[in-house]
Amino acid sequence: MVFDLTEEQRMIQEMTRNFAQKEVLPKAAELDETGRFPEELVRQMAELGLMGVAVPEGYGGAGMDNICYAIAMEEISRACASTAVILSVNNSLACDPILKFGSEEQKKKVLVPLASGRHLGCFGLTEPGAGSDAGSQKTTAVRNGDHYVVNGTKNFITNAPQADTCILFTMTDKEKKHKGITSFILDMKTDGVTVGKNEKKMGITASATASIILEDVRIPVENRLANEGDGFKVAMHTLDGGRIGIASQAIGIARASLEDALAYAKERKQFGQPIANFQAIQWMLADMATEIDAARLLTYRAAWLKDRNVRHSKESSMAKLYASEAAMRASVKGIQIHGGYGYIKEYPAERHFRDAKITEIYEGTSEIQRLVIASALLKD
Amino acid sequence: MRFEASEEQAQIRDMVRSLARKEFAPKAAQIDEEGRYPEENLKRLAELGLLGMLVPASHGGSETGTVAYAIALAEVAGGCASTAVGMAVTNMVGEGIHRFGSEEQRSRFLPALASGTVTGAFALTEPSAGSDAFGISTVALRDGDAYVLNGSKVFITNGSRAGVTIVMAVTEKEPKKRISAFLVLPGMPGFSVGKPEHKMGLKGSDTVSLSFGDCRVPKRNLLGAEGEGFPIAMTILDGGRIGIASQSVGIARAALDAATSYARERRQFGEPIASFQAIQGMLADSATELDAAELLALRAAYRKDAGAPFTREASVAKVFASEAAYRACHRSVQIFGGYGYIREYPVERHLRDIKVTSIYEGTSEIQRIIIARNLLGQGRR
Repeated sequence: MVFDLTEEQRMIQEMTRNFAQKEVLPKAAELDETGRFPEELVRQMAELGLMGVAVPEGYGGAGMDNICYAIAMEEISRACASTAVILSVNNSLACDPILKFGSEEQKKKVLVPLASGRHLGCFGLTEPGAGSDAGSQKTTAVRNGDHYVVNGTKNFITNAPQADTCILFTMTDKEKKHKGITSFILDMKTDGVTVGKNEKKMGITASATASIILEDVRIPVENRLANEGDGFKVAMHTLDGGRIGIASQAIGIARASLEDALAYAKERKQFGQPIANFQAIQWMLADMATEIDAARLLTYRAAWLKDRNVRHSKESSMAKLYASEAAMRASVKGIQIHGGYGYIKEYPAERHFRDAKITEIYEGTSEIQRLVIASALLKD
Repeated sequence: MRFEASEEQAQIRDMVRSLARKEFAPKAAQIDEEGRYPEENLKRLAELGLLGMLVPASHGGSETGTVAYAIALAEVAGGCASTAVGMAVTNMVGEGIHRFGSEEQRSRFLPALASGTVTGAFALTEPSAGSDAFGISTVALRDGDAYVLNGSKVFITNGSRAGVTIVMAVTEKEPKKRISAFLVLPGMPGFSVGKPEHKMGLKGSDTVSLSFGDCRVPKRNLLGAEGEGFPIAMTILDGGRIGIASQSVGIARAALDAATSYARERRQFGEPIASFQAIQGMLADSATELDAAELLALRAAYRKDAGAPFTREASVAKVFASEAAYRACHRSVQIFGGYGYIREYPVERHLRDIKVTSIYEGTSEIQRIIIARNLLGQGRR
């Protein structure tokens, strides 16, 4: 057991922390208020190599490990959870499946621009009728010579309006249920692809979330990702990695809640002294810090296993489940410590609460994570 | 970061796991029922070098480091929690003497502690000084080449059979209260042991009160410098908390394993209850929280071995692990339903055993205050 960060991990922590504090944090409230897509921040993150942290340099990435990715996600999320999810979708849900399942040609053609940040990616799995039950895909792909014809609707797709590329899931053989799912690399400029209107959300408002409507979209066979029928495996593997990103996002939000509450508690005076002197407040701070530490260790462990190509579904689910629920608890405590001011938009506490909520829902709800964990336990 | 045990740590884990499962677990119910001290278990631990894991080889210890110690303690606790606390305290006392003792004291006590011929105890708590440890009133007054101790201690684990007990007593009241640590041995005139406490759980562990009536302790048994007892006690407890966190994880993993097997076998509504989401959710929450607890305990142990500050990390591990373990044991009883309440199954014992982990070696309430002071930049680091 070793619990120290490597030199490289410490370096990226310092670099992303500086960037997040200087460039991202000052814009977070405005981004939340306006729901504006932070294009300039995405460009800056690309320059820093953050759009493909764990992608080898040969494919346009930074060539670092997945703990570095988790660290970067935490630091950006500490400043702005909206900006961070744009990053996580590109890294985990667009780059990673191509790196793992793509052909050499696909990697050269599609992964390089995604990992270097010239292109932005999105992930088209969820449908109006397929949320937790991701296997019940209604979008169809029918082979017709050297291409497939795709019809259907995807919804709640993060980055959809800005994305150049989508990792798309479709049903090619309904009889086979989830074994009849096939994944594609879709160029979003293809004829027949329409992006719906941007959803209005409770939190992470500056990340764009929209539906994708597919009408007789022709996708060349060479853009199929993995074999026909492998789509479900591609999706599940991808989400195992994605959950490390979301766990890190949750940790960043929880840390923001704690750090803001800590600063407030030291300054705010009631009954003649800083409220940080009261045990009731100290306890909330202690619980937040303790749970953040627990969440971070679970997350680093999952990332470490991923780097070693060890199956890590259970560990990723544990990290995501625990971190997201800990973030929710931390953000409620953060508001409570601020009292009335916590409810007012002048302070960031209420934003953290709104941002935290989604981490319990997307990339697999808490309920789905518990099923993944239990099924691994019962198999042992 | 490396999330796997070293070869030596893995060997110790495998060895202790097999010992705990084969030899300790089958007797745990009987030890609990009779409230019998598991002497034979402690003897086995001594033979395997597990009572002096934090003592250097030059003084008879196995010097495995705190990470291996935490791993071993969790395995022992999974077999028999009463055995684990006996093991924890003797290791802790050995480490305390190694760290703060003179060379003469080390040679006198460490080989005996590490080989199990002598059991250790640690006496800080008093009837009126629990969480408020600095409020102790046992006094030690210098008289020639000895100190004369008067007062009493309560809830002392291993107290009736200890060959050496670290006793905290006040050596100076004015102008500033100062506490000193003493090594008290059985047979010292004026030192007596009270009757065993009847406890809710950990019934095989030895818990007694100690009294000192004009008890003369030779000066050469002063541990560390005069007046340095309180920081010594706090340092020893920082390490002790890693032990309790590990003990918690071990007990709760045993409860989770029992509940998982039971859920696979028990059928209701025509299928194993493991196929119901309500049961799966409980198992998943326990497994997740116990993994986190284990990582927190091992991180604190790692920092301690590396010589890094670990007060906060030890408190974080202790409060999280003891409370997560309590929740896991409670869920396990719930999964067993009515059978969980019956002594034929082990989970009610796990629930009784686990309760003390959020109380002793600093309550959860005290751990939270330590963590918060640390966050606020006020605490020890």
